[in-house]
Amino acid sequence: MTTPAAYQVSHLDALEAESIFVMREVVAEMERPVLLFSGGKDSIVMLRLAQKAFAPANIPFPVMHVDTGHNFPEVLEYRDQRVAELGLQLVVASVSEALASGLVRESADGMRNRIQTPVLLDAVEKHRFDALFGGARRDEEKARAKERVFSFRDEFGQWDPKNQRPELWSLYNGRHHPGESIRVFPLSNWTELDIWHYIARERIPLPSIYYAHEREVIERDGMFYAVNEFFRPRAGEERFKAQVRYRTVGDASCTAAVRSDADTVEKVIEEVAATRITERGATRGDDRVSEAAMEDRKREGYF
Amino acid sequence: MSTEIMASANAEARAVTGAGPEARAMDLLRFATAGSVDDGKSTLIGRLLYDTKSLFTDQLAAVEAVSAARGDEYTNLALLTDGLRAEREQGITIDVAYRYFATPRRKFIIADTPGHIQYTRNMVTGASTADLALILVDARKGLVEQSRRHAFLCSLLRVPHLVLCVNKMDLVDWSQEVYEQIADEFTAFAAKLDAPDLTVVPISALRGDNIVTRSENMPWYEGPSLLHHLERVHIASDRNLVDVRFPVQYVIRPQSTTVTDYRGYAGQVASGVLKTGDEVMVLPSGFTSRIAAVETADGPVAEAFPPMSVTVRLADEIDISRGDLICRPNNAPAVAQDIEAMVCWMDETAPLRVGGRYAIKHTTRSARAIVRGLHYRLDINSLHRDESADELRLNEIGRVRLRTTVPLLADEYRRNRTTGGFVIIDEATNRTVGAAMIVEAT
Repeated sequence: MTTPAAYQVSHLDALEAESIFVMREVVAEMERPVLLFSGGKDSIVMLRLAQKAFAPANIPFPVMHVDTGHNFPEVLEYRDQRVAELGLQLVVASVSEALASGLVRESADGMRNRIQTPVLLDAVEKHRFDALFGGARRDEEKARAKERVFSFRDEFGQWDPKNQRPELWSLYNGRHHPGESIRVFPLSNWTELDIWHYIARERIPLPSIYYAHEREVIERDGMFYAVNEFFRPRAGEERFKAQVRYRTVGDASCTAAVRSDADTVEKVIEEVAATRITERGATRGDDRVSEAAMEDRKREGYF
Repeated sequence: MSTEIMASANAEARAVTGAGPEARAMDLLRFATAGSVDDGKSTLIGRLLYDTKSLFTDQLAAVEAVSAARGDEYTNLALLTDGLRAEREQGITIDVAYRYFATPRRKFIIADTPGHIQYTRNMVTGASTADLALILVDARKGLVEQSRRHAFLCSLLRVPHLVLCVNKMDLVDWSQEVYEQIADEFTAFAAKLDAPDLTVVPISALRGDNIVTRSENMPWYEGPSLLHHLERVHIASDRNLVDVRFPVQYVIRPQSTTVTDYRGYAGQVASGVLKTGDEVMVLPSGFTSRIAAVETADGPVAEAFPPMSVTVRLADEIDISRGDLICRPNNAPAVAQDIEAMVCWMDETAPLRVGGRYAIKHTTRSARAIVRGLHYRLDINSLHRDESADELRLNEIGRVRLRTTVPLLADEYRRNRTTGGFVIIDEATNRTVGAAMIVEAT
C-alpha cells in the first residue's frame, strides 16, 4: 500500500491508478462505452477497477458477454451473480443465436473462437457502442505487446497494426467518426502475476475453476481438456481423473486446464511465479494455429 | 545469444531475482530502450527477461523454431519483441513493444523502440512515459550519430535518468581504456544537453557480464551491475511534489437515493501533494475554496500525490467541469493561449505548416489551435537550427508558436511533464500527428 511519508506507491497502486485514469477518460469522452465481461479473471479485475473509478456512483456503463454457447457452468453462474450484485445491465451477444439466424456458420473444427468476432461486431453495431473495454494484457502475446491502450477500429472493427495512433504520456486519443470505435485496454501494463497479486490484495472472489479441483480430462498436445458436452475425445484419447485448474477461462471447447494443486490464491501466486510457460501457451488450442494467429484474429476485429 | 549460453545463464542469479509471492511492496520503473539489433539491444533485453525468469520456455521454443527455419546462425531474440507479421517478415522493428519483468524490488516496464532515424516518433513515444532511458553503444564502434540522437531525444522528453551501456566489451578485450574513452566522450556530450542523472556501465549482453552480477572480467569497474542499478535508481524524487496540479477528469455525481448531494472531482494527481484543509484555486475561473476531503473507493486518504487517482471534494459549491485544474492560489500554472513549444511531427501523410489548424489535447482539456509560426527546424543529429524551414515532416522536430481557442492551464515541460505536454490531432483524420513540449506559455 502507499507510504505517504516517502510519497511512493507500490507497483499495484500505480497500475490501479493508471487503469482508473483510463476508465475515467473513456466515460468522460466517449458516448456509449461497454465493458466486455467474460467471467474470466482479467475482466473480473477490470470490473473491480470500474467500481473504484466511479465510486460512490454506480458503474456508468453496461457489460457485454460474447457467449459462445460453450460455457463452464461455474463461470455463467458467477457472471449472473456479479451482475446482480452490482446492478449492472448485461448485454449477451449470443453465438448460438447468430448460428440459428445464419449470421455465422459453425467452423469445421467446431471451435467457436473465431466466429465470435462477427457476433461481437453485430452487437456493437446494434447497440451503437463506441468504446469497448477489454481485459487484454500486453504480456499475453506478442501482437498484443504492440497494441495501444486506446486501439482504434474502423467501421468493420478491424485493427491495422501498421497504422496505429502514437500514444504519448497519458494523453489518449479516442476521436472517431460514426461507426468507428475504440477498444480500450485498461490492463495493458498488468502481468498475469500482477492480476493475481491484486486478486489476493482485494480479496476478489473468482469462479471456482481457477482453483485446483478434480476433473475428468484427456491429454492432447500436452494440454488437459475437460471432457464435457462441448468437448469430445478423439479415438484413442484416454479419459482420466486429474487434479487441475484453469489458468484462463475461454470457450469450453478450446480452453485447456493445467495440472495443479493450487487451491488457494496464495498457492496460485506461487505457481504462477514459478511457471515457465505463458498462460496462453499452456491453455489455448486456438493460438497454436500459426505464429501470427492472434494478430490475424485481431485484424478481423477480435478483442 | 545462443540457447546454450542462455540456458547456462546464472542459475544463482535467477534464484535471487525471481518475482515470488513476497513481491508485493515493490515499486514500478518504466524504462525505454533504443537501438538496433547490431548494438545487441535485443540480446540485452532477452538477457534481462531470461535472468529474471520473465522469458517463458514456449516463447523461447517458438523463437528458436522460427530462427532455425530462417537459417539464422543463432537464436534471434529480436523475434521475441517483433510481434507483428510485417516485422518478422522484413526483419525490422516497426513499433514500440512493451515488455515486462520483475524482481523482488521492482516491476519494470520496458518500452522497446527501434533506433533508426525513421522511427524517431516511436522513440519519442516510448520516452514520453519513461523514468529512465537505456542507450547502447558497441564498444568497438564507440559513439555514433545514433547514440547522440538518442541522448538528445531523451533530454528533449526530460527522461530523468540515462544509462549508457557500453556493450560487447568481450570484443575489445575488456579494455578499461576503450570504456573510459567512450564514457568520457558521452559524459561531455550529455553535459551540453543538460541531461540529468547519467550512469555508464560496461557490459557484455551476450556473455552476461555486468548484467545481473558484477563481471569478473572487468575488475577495474567499480560501479553496479545494470540490473542492480535499475533496481535501486532513486525515482521517487523525480516526481514534482511542489506544484499542486490536479486536472479535473470527470465529475462524480451519483444519481442515487442513498448517496445524495455528492459532488466529487475525479482525476489523477499530476504533481504536488493535496491535503484535506488545503486552500485551493480552480482554473480557469480563479475561484478559491478548501479541500473538504480526498477520497478513493477504499475510503478517504490523508494526502494525494502523483500518480494517485483520487476524488477531491471542495468545501464550496463552485462550477467545475472536466478540463479545469485545481492548484494552490500562490502557485498556479499559466492560463495561456499563446504557446511556444518544441514539436515532434508524427504524420507521414501531411507536414505541419504555418497556418495549419489542428485539435489538441492537453491534460484533460481539448482545444483547437492554429500554427502561428515555425522558428526553426532542428537537425537532431547535428543540433543545427534551420531557420529557413517552413514545414515539419514526419519525424522532424522544431520550435513552433501556436495560438489556442481556449486557454491552456500550462507549465513549462521542463518543470512538469504532465501539464507541459500535449498532443496535436488532425481534425479530418482524427490521427495523432504531433507531440508538443511547452517551452513558454503566455
